[in-house]
Amino acid sequence: MEGKLELIRREALSALELVDDEKSLENWQVKYLGRSSELMEIFKALGTLSKEEKPVVGRTANLVKVALETASGEKEILFNQRRINQDLEGEKIDVTLPGRRTISGSIHPTTQTLREIYRVFGDMGFQIYRSREVETDEYNFQLLNFPPHHPARDMQDTFFITSDKDRGDNPLLLRTHTSPGQIHAMLEHTRKYPEDPPPIRIILPGMCYRYEQITARSEIQFNQVEGLAVGKGITFGDLKGTLSNFARRMFGQEARTRFRASHFPFTEPSAEMDIGCFLCGGDGCSVCKGAGWLEILGCGMVHPTVLENGGFDPEVYSGFAFGMGSERITMTRHHIEDIRYFWANDLRFLDQF
Amino acid sequence: MKVPISWLKEYVEINLPIEELAYKLTLAGLEVEEIRYVGLPMLEEKQQATKISGFSWNPEEIVIGEIREVMPHPNADRLVLCRLDDGEQEHTVLTGAPNLFPYLEKGELDPPLKVAYAREGATIIDAYNETKDIMLTTLKRKKIRGVDSYSMACSERELGISEEHEGIILLDQDAPTGQALAEYMGDAVLDIAITPNIARAASILGVAREVAAITDEKLIPLTLETVTEGDPIKGRVSIEIKEPELNPRFVLGLIEDVEKKPSPYWVQRRLKLAGIRPIDCVVDATNYTMLEIGEPLHAFDYDVLLERAGGKPPSIITRRAKSGETLTTLDDIERKLHDFTVLVTDQSGPLSLAGVMGGADSEVGEKTRNVLLEGASWNYVNIRRTVSAQGLPSEAAYRFERGVHPAIASLGVQRCLEWMRKWTGGKVAQGLVDEYPLPPVDPKVKITPGDIQRWLGISLSAVEIGELLKKLDFEVIIKKDELVVNTPPHRLDIGQGMVGKADLVEEIARVYGYDQIPETNLADGLPLQVGNRALEMEDKIRDKLAGIGLQEIVTYRITSPEAELRVFPPDHNLPDQDYLEITNPISSDKTVMRRSLLASLLEVVEKNRRSRERIALFEIGLEFFPNGENKIPVDEKLKLAIALTGVRTHHSWQCADQDLMDFYDLKGLIEELLADLHIENVSYTTDTAPSYHPGKCARIEMDGKLLGFMGEIHPKVKENYKLAEAPLTVAILDMETLLNKVDDLFNVESIPDQPPVLEDLALVVDDDVPAQTVQSLILLAGGETLTEVSLFDVYRGEQLGEGKKSLAYSLVYQHPKKTLTDKEVAAIRESIVKRLEKELGAQLRSW
Ligand SMILES: [Zn+2]
Repeated sequence: MEGKLELIRREALSALELVDDEKSLENWQVKYLGRSSELMEIFKALGTLSKEEKPVVGRTANLVKVALETASGEKEILFNQRRINQDLEGEKIDVTLPGRRTISGSIHPTTQTLREIYRVFGDMGFQIYRSREVETDEYNFQLLNFPPHHPARDMQDTFFITSDKDRGDNPLLLRTHTSPGQIHAMLEHTRKYPEDPPPIRIILPGMCYRYEQITARSEIQFNQVEGLAVGKGITFGDLKGTLSNFARRMFGQEARTRFRASHFPFTEPSAEMDIGCFLCGGDGCSVCKGAGWLEILGCGMVHPTVLENGGFDPEVYSGFAFGMGSERITMTRHHIEDIRYFWANDLRFLDQF
Repeated sequence: MKVPISWLKEYVEINLPIEELAYKLTLAGLEVEEIRYVGLPMLEEKQQATKISGFSWNPEEIVIGEIREVMPHPNADRLVLCRLDDGEQEHTVLTGAPNLFPYLEKGELDPPLKVAYAREGATIIDAYNETKDIMLTTLKRKKIRGVDSYSMACSERELGISEEHEGIILLDQDAPTGQALAEYMGDAVLDIAITPNIARAASILGVAREVAAITDEKLIPLTLETVTEGDPIKGRVSIEIKEPELNPRFVLGLIEDVEKKPSPYWVQRRLKLAGIRPIDCVVDATNYTMLEIGEPLHAFDYDVLLERAGGKPPSIITRRAKSGETLTTLDDIERKLHDFTVLVTDQSGPLSLAGVMGGADSEVGEKTRNVLLEGASWNYVNIRRTVSAQGLPSEAAYRFERGVHPAIASLGVQRCLEWMRKWTGGKVAQGLVDEYPLPPVDPKVKITPGDIQRWLGISLSAVEIGELLKKLDFEVIIKKDELVVNTPPHRLDIGQGMVGKADLVEEIARVYGYDQIPETNLADGLPLQVGNRALEMEDKIRDKLAGIGLQEIVTYRITSPEAELRVFPPDHNLPDQDYLEITNPISSDKTVMRRSLLASLLEVVEKNRRSRERIALFEIGLEFFPNGENKIPVDEKLKLAIALTGVRTHHSWQCADQDLMDFYDLKGLIEELLADLHIENVSYTTDTAPSYHPGKCARIEMDGKLLGFMGEIHPKVKENYKLAEAPLTVAILDMETLLNKVDDLFNVESIPDQPPVLEDLALVVDDDVPAQTVQSLILLAGGETLTEVSLFDVYRGEQLGEGKKSLAYSLVYQHPKKTLTDKEVAAIRESIVKRLEKELGAQLRSW
């Protein structure tokens, strides 16, 4: 019996060596390991053997079975690998064909820039405060220290709104800056906390309007973001530090800033913040119009009259304010030459954001 | 303000390169927008960034020459030949300059004519090049009409002084022949932007004062050399000021026997560099003095005034214009005067618009021999109102409307008389007539080092602060730790008390240097963190819409009623819409604040129709409505508008869904948006609105509250726009209603342990039964165990019969605690079918 088993093993294994495809492997498996194979017949006949023979033959038969299964398993793996390799060769695609795109839209560049500004100032604790676009002369000018007929009004040509009633020196107008929001915010705050008001730190975004000819450089409507920080002991140094941090976040850590004296009726001292032109490195180019510096924003310490109009005691409180045009910032960041692109909404422009 | 460096140097020493000076001025608030070189050498290496333009004169090539004789050209009538000495040798120079023709064939000229001579090989500006940028050219030897030409006497344009190219420059007689021209009159012009608070620097002296302060130099004081040869002015004219508030000071001086002729060349050159056209020596003297010290002056023809007064001494009266009064100004325009306009008048009527423009009658002209010179100060508000009402900006008004200190009125008159005497040869009458009823109070402000620390974050001692202020001519008295600061009598920008303190802080910071103040971080505690929920939700909506394929747009909020009418069909009875009107519109298509975001949106669709086969847009923006009941009688309403048109997906090499988008594409977007915002209880009901297709319009409600409308645009409205064939669907939603409903603290349900039971259910109903009704009823009848119902097929066909449709739904049954048995599911289905049968007459088709 054992001799027969050895014979089966040898014959099967040598037959397996000749097997070289999956089909003949299958046949081989039927012939040597199948239900009616010689080996299986031996297993079936085990019961007829004597007590002594039975375990010996059973063990040997098992060993043969394991040997055959292992050998055929190896062959199977081999064929499997071979088949995958063959398949791979036939499965070449043109990776240069365009991909299947899902349809997605995008956010208007102005909104994108506004969000970026919110985020930078948000990290520094500034909250967002919004207010109305149709304003009164009082809030847009007078409470911000622009008396009627003040020369500084020349810098902000204004659209007025026709009114049924004679409003005298307080006509309705389209806000020329988001600064009236400063007054609204301060008054709300100081009315809520009349005694020892806590600090204010806000930014005021929104659409503003100026009476200008629409050209590549000027628009009648634009988004402005103003900032206001009021508290005890806020200094011009804090203003410089805060805005330089902003510039680095917005224009890269290498951005250089300079502050130069300027004039706004609602701040004193007032300044303009420029950043070193990142295109020419300061040598002068068409973007910075040869100056080497790009104007980014106006700023200053809140004027005592404005603090007072907002309900703060200027002897105790101080603060700074700043304002920037977000379209201008977008133009600077993306080298956009024509401000009219923003409200023209040509999809060929918007698609690029 | 254009400031020639040569002029500035008369009042302050400048010991640093021009570029560096420009940079310092810019940091100190006198922004130098440009440095224009007119002769002086430019720096090779650019040091500090300022825009630079202009042209330097090579000292070897361009020198002062003298023309000794002007002779005819042998072959050309329009050219002459000059014998010219350049200090080294004599040359024959050919020119066509008309201002040499008077000297033609006059023999040896005595004195010779001093000119700007460019030698052979010299580089000058190509005067015939009309481009905006400076084009240079090099002088080469050539023959012109048979005569050798290799050098030239230059015009102003050729040297970059002005655009003048009619004749050559004729220099003053003191010009030394052979000297480099750059050395004699090379210049550079700083173009400084003057902000309103720094109006005191709208003069050479004013800028010099700033330069002295910021470069730590001393101001060179102006010296008057008063020579009065004429009879005293006293008794020859009188002044009456009706309202000192409007005219705090009025000064008159008199000069007689003036000869009107051109001013010396150096005066003309400086005026031109400063941007003022030279006229004659009388007018030039008033302009020159105004530029020099900042006091605008006005010259009257004294003899005209005498005549108007019938030979008696004229009485000058300043007053407001009376109603109906008119004045013909020297530009020959008869002007109707307003009651806020201040006039200089005499007994016979108005002479001039005070501080703005003279009258034609009394202006100095060709025949003027005797000049009465006015230097005054005016209330800036009235000047501004007059300038804007009459549309008359001028150099004088520019200064008066920003404020000119009354103290300099007399200085201005004296200085101007001095120039007139020198340039016209006239005799100055002794004394001035000076009416000064309202001298200003120059503020006295107290400030401490503590104020500086609190405001600027730097610590300076009282003495250090005092030193900084003294540089700007403030008088400072230090009492212990407090400074008492007196404002100098040339500036009007310093206030009283707290405001004055802030004004001084700015001056201290400017002179100290903004760049020297160290940057610090806010040390203040964080403010209340309240966030801005409305904006956050708005942004969430933007992100969602962009994510599902819509492009955000932002449009003009100023429009015209005509543009907004386009959203109505032409045969629609137009509503009488009240607009918020702009009083001073910029153009006829931008006259009112918009009421319709839809109109803005459709314009953008129209504009982009050719460039895209699929257009999907949204805007979140304001609409404006008059509302007389508000304190500010305006409602600003935030709306969301969506527009969809064209194919569903872009054309592609892969099979793409190129079907046209319709109502249901838009509805799907809105459903997705609302689902994302966790807004439930939304209903869509058939409705009509003027801009929409009457059969394809839905009213959207949330908890029974109107959220907005959606639908296909009415074909007649579409015709008002140039649009593609494809259906255009739009939705306008009210943002406030939406935002109030957004629940960002929504609850999340646990994932059930038990498997759900899924089945489909098809029902036949009458065609006019809205799908939403069927679905709601299924949900209602299914109870809590029925967790999802979705429509997957709508079918109409013969076998169903006329006026019927079949709706097929997938249902999900799910019990939170246990596995549902077939029996339990069957019972629920039974009750759904019964309910639908009873209420809608529905027939079960299959399940
Ligand atoms: Zn640049």
